[in-house]
Amino acid sequence: MIPVLARLRDTAPKTVLLTAAALFSVFPLLSMFSAALQPQGSAPAGISFPTNPQWHNFVDAWNVANITTLVQSSAVLVVGVVPIAMLISAMAAYAIAQLRIPFGNVFFLLLLLGLTLPYEIVVVPLYYQMQQLGLLNTQLGLILPLIGLNMPFAVFWMRTHFQSVPAEISESSSIDGAGPWKAFRHIQLPLAVPALASLGVLMFLSTWNQFLLAIVLIDDPNKRTMAGALQGFVGAHSTDVVLLNAGALLIMAPTILVFLLFQKYFIRAMLAGAVKG
Amino acid sequence: MTGVGVLSRADLGVRSRARWAGWLFALPALVMYAVFELYPIITAVQYSFFDWDGINVSKPVGLANYTRVFTEPQLLASIVHSFILIIFFTFLPVLLGLVVASIVREIRSKWAGGAARTLMFLPQIIPGAASAIAWTWMYSPGGAVNQLLRALGLDALTRAWLGDFTWALPAVGIIGTWLATGLCTLLLMAGIGKIDGSLYEAASLDGANRYHQFRAITLPGLRQEIGVCVTITIIAALASFDVVFMSTQGGPGYSTQVPGVQVYQLAFTENRIGQSSALAVVLSLIVLAVILPIQRLFREK
Repeated sequence: MIPVLARLRDTAPKTVLLTAAALFSVFPLLSMFSAALQPQGSAPAGISFPTNPQWHNFVDAWNVANITTLVQSSAVLVVGVVPIAMLISAMAAYAIAQLRIPFGNVFFLLLLLGLTLPYEIVVVPLYYQMQQLGLLNTQLGLILPLIGLNMPFAVFWMRTHFQSVPAEISESSSIDGAGPWKAFRHIQLPLAVPALASLGVLMFLSTWNQFLLAIVLIDDPNKRTMAGALQGFVGAHSTDVVLLNAGALLIMAPTILVFLLFQKYFIRAMLAGAVKG
Repeated sequence: MTGVGVLSRADLGVRSRARWAGWLFALPALVMYAVFELYPIITAVQYSFFDWDGINVSKPVGLANYTRVFTEPQLLASIVHSFILIIFFTFLPVLLGLVVASIVREIRSKWAGGAARTLMFLPQIIPGAASAIAWTWMYSPGGAVNQLLRALGLDALTRAWLGDFTWALPAVGIIGTWLATGLCTLLLMAGIGKIDGSLYEAASLDGANRYHQFRAITLPGLRQEIGVCVTITIIAALASFDVVFMSTQGGPGYSTQVPGVQVYQLAFTENRIGQSSALAVVLSLIVLAVILPIQRLFREK
């Protein structure tokens, strides 16, 4: 057989299969996109190539859905949760894996319990807890629980890293007379940057997309995460298919954009995160 | 001899004090975890033994809330549905992922491979609530699913999928299939990449066909990756909330009701805090009871 043909016979099924899998993944998004470009007030039918695409729909949806405010409030939540969760989980993992604190393993087992339990069990008690603390409907009232709920995975992730750091590094720093804090800040933390970066990416995503806690703990859609705000937006515009799809696409856009920019880190972090989690 | 002993004991004292001091590092994480996860879990268990509407004085009712989880049709149905969803959230994605991954095995073309990877990852990146909106539109009477059926001449099958008592649950399940398939495929492809390629060469020299190679090499080699996919997606199926809440709210009737949405509605629309907590506790126990054996199954060699 001609080599080119043989190669084609080998690669064609693979290409078809891969294309099909990729198409299946974007098809619903394309269907949204096609609806979002139809004239407002019309009833779009399935996927159709818009002959006269109404790009202005996105501007309208931006204003109606308050996207500017939503991006800001989601950013506040991410900035409130991710850096602190990264720092305190790294510290705890360092204490467990390197300083070998007494009962560190008990603490770690306790954290593992939280790794598999669904958020459904904490959401109702958290509501009343926040009510008592006067933090219901405030962003702080969502930031604090999210930090706490991120601890199982974050400590688990960072512990794996600190276990891989050779003991000589921490021993040599303690011989040099550096206290554990100094050693942590100047030697351990810089070494942990790759692990921390992946953790940061995963926690950014889970915070930004957090839905259940956002709709329970914050009443005002404008103070929620982008995902949580969707609920209010759908409630208000469920009959306007065009505007609903345009708005929903805008609400997804930031994560997609960040994903496309930092793809490499995302994919590495998510595949590794899945295996370790 | 004694000198050494004294020295090491003193040394030990210093070291153990230093080890206790290390708790200062672990304390912030412990406090946050205890206050915002452990304490709420304990509170939920406590609530579950009471009848409480969230405002008035609560009344202890023993195990009544738990009995009702298994006798009230709507609550029991939600648990049954969450197990049915495993077919769609777990079984189908792993199966599809295995088929695609074992045929494609590795992507030679860098460009096409990168593009496919990016597209397959998208469902993981966007919020589940947003995927629910995309699929609600796909399933609507004028949406793409019915359009496709009409194009195939299957007009008789068209319907409002999410409003249909029989079809709403499988329709919601397919959303879960869509969410998980990309991640599972990529995980399994990464796993196959780690399998020694010479094993396949040797097998095909021995005359093993594709199916035999799959049974003898691919499947055992992917044990860990399959375990990961199964674990993640089963938790997603049993504890699903975002997708169901945004697409059907558990309806029509309670044909797509799942424990997650039921916990929310019992607590915040029906003001049955105790009942809601009992269901949440049962859900958590189910998740643990299903996940722990699976972890063991896929870990052991």
